[in-house]
Amino acid sequence: MLIAVLSGFILAFIMAFTGRWFKGKLSLLLSSVPVLLFLYFLQYSSTVAQGETLLFSYTWVPSMDIDFVFYLDGLSLLFSLLITGIGSLVFIYTAAYMKNHEYLDRFFAYLGMFMASMLGVVLSDNVVTLFIFWELTSISSFFLIGFKNESAESRKSALQALVITGLGGLFLLGAAALLGQITQSYSIQEMLQSGISIESSPLYGIVLLLIFVAAFTKSAQFPFHFWLPGAMTAPTPVSTYLHSATMVKAGIYLLARMSPLLGGQPAWSLTLMIFGGITMLYAAFHAIYRTDLKAILAYSTVSALGILVFLIGMGTEKSLLAASLFILVHALYKASLFLVAGTIDHEAGTRNLDQLGGLRKVLMPLAIAGLLAAISNAGIPPTIGFVGKDLIYEATLGTDSTLWLFTLVALITNILLLAAGFLAGIKPFTGPMPDALKDTHAAPVLMWLPPLLLAVLGLALGLYPAMIEGFTRAVHSSLLGSTSTAHLALWHGFNLVLLLSLVTLALGVTLYMVIRPSAERLAKVERFEKFSPKFILNGLGAAGTFFARAITSLLQNGYLRYYVFTIISFLTLLMAYKIISGVNLYIDYSRLSILSAKEIIIFSIMLASILFAIFTNSRLAAVASMGIMGYSICLLFVFFSAPDLAMTQFAIDTLTVILFVLVLYHLPKYLVLSETGIRLRDAALSITFGLFMTITIIEVLNEPVDKITSAYYAENAYKLAKGKNIVNVILVDFRGIDTMIEITVLAISAVGVFGLLKSKVNENPLKE
Amino acid sequence: MAIMIGVLYAAGIYMILRRSMVKLIIGLTFLGNGANLLIFLLGRITKGKPPIIPSDASLLSDVYADPVPQALILTAIVISFGLQAFAIILVKKAYEVVKTDDMDQMNNTDRDDHEG
Repeated sequence: MLIAVLSGFILAFIMAFTGRWFKGKLSLLLSSVPVLLFLYFLQYSSTVAQGETLLFSYTWVPSMDIDFVFYLDGLSLLFSLLITGIGSLVFIYTAAYMKNHEYLDRFFAYLGMFMASMLGVVLSDNVVTLFIFWELTSISSFFLIGFKNESAESRKSALQALVITGLGGLFLLGAAALLGQITQSYSIQEMLQSGISIESSPLYGIVLLLIFVAAFTKSAQFPFHFWLPGAMTAPTPVSTYLHSATMVKAGIYLLARMSPLLGGQPAWSLTLMIFGGITMLYAAFHAIYRTDLKAILAYSTVSALGILVFLIGMGTEKSLLAASLFILVHALYKASLFLVAGTIDHEAGTRNLDQLGGLRKVLMPLAIAGLLAAISNAGIPPTIGFVGKDLIYEATLGTDSTLWLFTLVALITNILLLAAGFLAGIKPFTGPMPDALKDTHAAPVLMWLPPLLLAVLGLALGLYPAMIEGFTRAVHSSLLGSTSTAHLALWHGFNLVLLLSLVTLALGVTLYMVIRPSAERLAKVERFEKFSPKFILNGLGAAGTFFARAITSLLQNGYLRYYVFTIISFLTLLMAYKIISGVNLYIDYSRLSILSAKEIIIFSIMLASILFAIFTNSRLAAVASMGIMGYSICLLFVFFSAPDLAMTQFAIDTLTVILFVLVLYHLPKYLVLSETGIRLRDAALSITFGLFMTITIIEVLNEPVDKITSAYYAENAYKLAKGKNIVNVILVDFRGIDTMIEITVLAISAVGVFGLLKSKVNENPLKE
Repeated sequence: MAIMIGVLYAAGIYMILRRSMVKLIIGLTFLGNGANLLIFLLGRITKGKPPIIPSDASLLSDVYADPVPQALILTAIVISFGLQAFAIILVKKAYEVVKTDDMDQMNNTDRDDHEG
């Protein structure tokens, strides 16, 4: 199982090295990966259809309770089959669609990565691994959407999608952490079984909010819907795979998975129904105004996702059943329509409805696929779409309270979607063929077979719904959290539901006849763009960038002394706070040794040389006084029992001064560069800081000192290392490796110095 | 001694806040010496008792100065020399390129700005 989930990553990894072999005809071979996976998951379908669930676990980070636990029930199996099944077709289709593309290998690697991440999302039982895979889908979809990376629009869309879905991912992580905190477990199944009621937790509201944002961003719900139509700049196989069947359904999956855990509360259902309702209406209206085939499909997908959110939010037995079936139904016909659109684009060279027509003459098999998908989308019997649509109406009618409103919303949406589906699936093939399209070629078999296969499947399942009854029950059970006894049938007899279906059909077809999508009408709609969430969010993004830039130029101004000033000021403030808030300042006079005359002299020399170094106008004098200061410290070391230090300090100081003087010879005269005010300010800061340092030191000196380490070295210096100078023994024996590294540092510095000295300064080559 | 360290820190920071590169390096040296003395002082200072085992003994019996801070400082002195040497040469080279000691005038990596 682990290998099955990760095989996409393995594929991507292998592609990185062997990609060039797969650019030609061999690329079809890659499709075997998703096909095999599809068969692998298919073998579980009979088991799962009987109501069983399977658990596969692999230890990963046991210390943090994060393991790869793959849970296979109806819901996750449905998604796995969609991912691998549609994945197989997309792989095959891509081999023809992007034949001989320069970066075909890369494209397959991204697809493989995406497929694996998506499988991880739907199979993970652990919420943390769920989050990781969730983020991986965002990242791999970023690469896929931005695949045409030479186009600015494509890059922008990819970034937009990444920002929106990545944001959602963060929210998901928050939700995962909170859920783990409430239930003491990161496993979704354990959460369900533990019986801890999350609704009664004070964190319930926050968890709900986090989950909602995560799901809404991923599944393109209002007001985050705009990234999905934007993402249509991606190559068509990507749109098919990510934006109809799989990735956008991840949010739906999340909601469905959480439904038994978090659902049932008014906060849950109301929010979902309101947002789902708005999305489905809003997007359906948008869909019929578009002229670009893919834009129509994108908006109708957003609308369909809205329906799913709506159904999950409703939370009744009927509505969840409708959702379980609709996920499958929608994936089948929408993927098919997308592939049809892709082939049209590929063969006719345009996706613009204004210019398309009469293509049935050359693309007959494709026209059949389009027709079948469109009628499945329309819910015309005997397709599976009809069964799905029936269930939606049953669900909306089944609610008691404001039933007519729900039904009305569903009705309008369905009418609009029907028209949109016809526009995308039928319109390009009917009517007279424009002259511009006369040289359209017939599509290769690999480009019409996959959509036709999906469309025929939709028809077959509609004729024999019993084939997937057990399976749908299993999905329904996962959504309900209890066993389902649902029954699927094509024909329910004459009742209100059938009437509604007929009304939908009649009005939808009328609408399709009436509307003529054109550029002018599109322009009318786009005037409202300024008020759309996309515009507002983009504005927020721009404001954020501006703010960040302002802050950066304030803090990162490129002047070292301002950095130092800021840091020291802050440190001084912190110390001031600590000192004012009470410091135990006393000096134990008994422990102070009396300053002898020579020490006083040394201190005076140091003080004088420091002051001189600061105030002198001669560089040479400053360096010399720095040297004097160094020698004074050297003498201090001598007085206070540190002969080794004294020797080192002496040698080093001499060297530094010599070096300085040699270099200074080339430098210009000292200048008083700062104004008096600034100098005073700096002086004040420095003196305060120095004062605080003194206070701190005095305070620290009052603390007892721990001499264990020193005692150890003193005792063992001779015994273990046969040395009598303890300082030396520490450096070369006990801490020998440190000293070696120190020498390395010096060597690097020496190399640097040598390099600097040897390098010829290129005297402004631009001047010549 | 504590006061002396305070003075060194103050002087070091003041020098770093100046615009001249030479002063910057001198300031760094002051700071480095201040830090060394600080470590030295924190190990408690002892007069006239270096941590050296007399030639006729194998153990230190008497009171002795703490060897650990001394070892630390010794390392610090050497490393700071490496830093200073590099900085000094860098200053020299930088001066050769941009012909100024003023750091405010080397704020830009564009060559054209130095012509003024």
